[in-house]
Amino acid sequence: MNKTLNHRAWWMVLPVLILVAMNAVIPLMTVVNFSVQEEFYGEFSFVGLQWFADTLADERFQNALIRQLGFTFTILAIEIPLGIAIALTIPRSGVWASVCLVLMALPLLIPWNVVGAMWNIYALPDIGFLGYTLNSAAGLFGHDPASGPWFDYTQEPVAAWFTVVLMDVWHWTSLVVLLAYAGLQSIDNAYYQAARIDGASRWAVFRYIQLPKMKHTLTIAVLLRFMDSFMIYTEPSVLTGGGPGNSTTFLSIDLVKVALGQQDLGNAAAMSIIYFLMILLVSWLFYTLTMQGGKK
Amino acid sequence: MSLTLDTVSKVMGGEVHIAPTTIEFASGSMNVLLGPTLSGKTTLMRLMAGLDQPTSGRVFWQGRDVTGMRVQDRQVAMVYQQFVNYPSMTVYENIASPLRLRGFASAEIDAKVRAAAAMMKLNESQLGRRPLELSGGQQQRCALARALVKEAGLVLLDEPLANLDYKLREELRAEIPKIFEESGAIFVYATTEPHEALLLGGNTACLWEGRVTQFGATPSVYRRPTDATTARVFSDPPMNFVALSKAGDELVIDDARLAADFPTFNRLADGRYIAGFRANHLRIERGSERDLAFHCRVTGTEIGGSESFVHVLHGADRWVALVHGVHDLPHQSDRTVFVDPAHVYMFAPDGALACAAAYADAG
Repeated sequence: MNKTLNHRAWWMVLPVLILVAMNAVIPLMTVVNFSVQEEFYGEFSFVGLQWFADTLADERFQNALIRQLGFTFTILAIEIPLGIAIALTIPRSGVWASVCLVLMALPLLIPWNVVGAMWNIYALPDIGFLGYTLNSAAGLFGHDPASGPWFDYTQEPVAAWFTVVLMDVWHWTSLVVLLAYAGLQSIDNAYYQAARIDGASRWAVFRYIQLPKMKHTLTIAVLLRFMDSFMIYTEPSVLTGGGPGNSTTFLSIDLVKVALGQQDLGNAAAMSIIYFLMILLVSWLFYTLTMQGGKK
Repeated sequence: MSLTLDTVSKVMGGEVHIAPTTIEFASGSMNVLLGPTLSGKTTLMRLMAGLDQPTSGRVFWQGRDVTGMRVQDRQVAMVYQQFVNYPSMTVYENIASPLRLRGFASAEIDAKVRAAAAMMKLNESQLGRRPLELSGGQQQRCALARALVKEAGLVLLDEPLANLDYKLREELRAEIPKIFEESGAIFVYATTEPHEALLLGGNTACLWEGRVTQFGATPSVYRRPTDATTARVFSDPPMNFVALSKAGDELVIDDARLAADFPTFNRLADGRYIAGFRANHLRIERGSERDLAFHCRVTGTEIGGSESFVHVLHGADRWVALVHGVHDLPHQSDRTVFVDPAHVYMFAPDGALACAAAYADAG
């Protein structure tokens, strides 16, 4: 069979190419451009990988990275098991299944800065419902109010972390629930019947039927939650602004401070690229490892 | 060992899924549940297994009432249309799983697993792999081996071959009577296909809209269906029917009169009947002088290799003829078709068998 060569077809993909170039390639290249040059009163000079070396050696960057990793692994360790547990309790069909799913989806529909503002007020030590309740409870257990509130996320790093983590769990566990639920729905009833006939325990059903069948959607859930939480900016920025001190300054917040606060473009560009490569590397590693496990 | 359902019924949401049914499966028997989709085969099996509780009636196992007993306490194994295996375990572990749950020693487990695997022709390398890496046929072999290894007294097979392609289905079906004989268990096999029931032999229960219309030895149910519904279910393509009345030695169909001087007809009283004959007995060429002839219109032909299905319209009745060879009859052409009176069943207007076809009694 003869293939007809028709180069005019390339024109058909041109709009897409332009679009991708405008919103991905060109901005990325701008960042790359900044990361290898020094700007001094409008004059640019090539500095090689100097910015990268500086950034990696910078203690401030290292601390933000440690905080970031701590945050991401904390919320993953809470949201994934919690999401699975909730998904297992949602009925498989019927009116209640729909009701549960709609309720679950609600937090996902709220804009991120609104979530931050909500929790900002909700957790305030004196007038916020959460802060007030916690402080009243602490008073009952013998905390002396004269020494200041027991729970104050605007002053105490531990309280700030607690609030940021709780906010993220509230906001994003639903996503894990929905994905885990989708995985559970794909399991044919015959599997549960077979397990009943075998006399398998509830745990065995979870371990040998539900978990393996949820594996692919859970992989996606972990990846999405990893990437999103690693890039988290809006909510903690509205809630704590990175404070108190630098205690909730995660990578994105630090990056914005460097780039916009200090106009340190070279440094910020190098940070962006390191940041981007880290997300890419971890996601790739995680995906490859879990998917290989399935094939072997 | 026997399984008895005593006037068992199942009603769900006001809808009758199983009408009161009494049936007894003898120890070590092969039993086929034959019926179209949604006729209640799976529901009946679930009641037998104890996965569902009957709305009324009792279930007896070896004479003991097991109606309320939990399924895991009964000696039941089940294989489904879907290939149900534990996805994260190897085939070996899958087959071993029912034994592990019951706490057998590893040496015993190993011996039983290998015996079941050998019977289902699963080799060493397949035992080490996960079910989803195997072909559909091998996955179902794994599920069958898992059912066998339990040495359950009751093995329920719910359309186990329906999801396999033709070749694998033939291959695996040939092995089922063999494993049945070695197991000594009561086998219950649900299928929608009459010829599968005939190949498996044993006994057949015909199901129609939640009712067992007839239960008996498979060939006798096939040859002597007690009513028109059973005859319809146990024929593929479905049996052809025509309403007629008998007057003396003539059969009157609408305004046509057919001379029908034939022993089985002559024994019938005059009156209204429904005549039925299977597709393979409807011919497009005259076979003998005594053949009944019908004027029909051809509505389509399907050629299936060595056989052709010829669809014809006789008045308002749709008939199918299954004939040898390739016949491509022109669409909408007129055609006379023939039936040997020896192949005609007569049913009363209410569907009960009035007289079986002569060939059935002869053979």
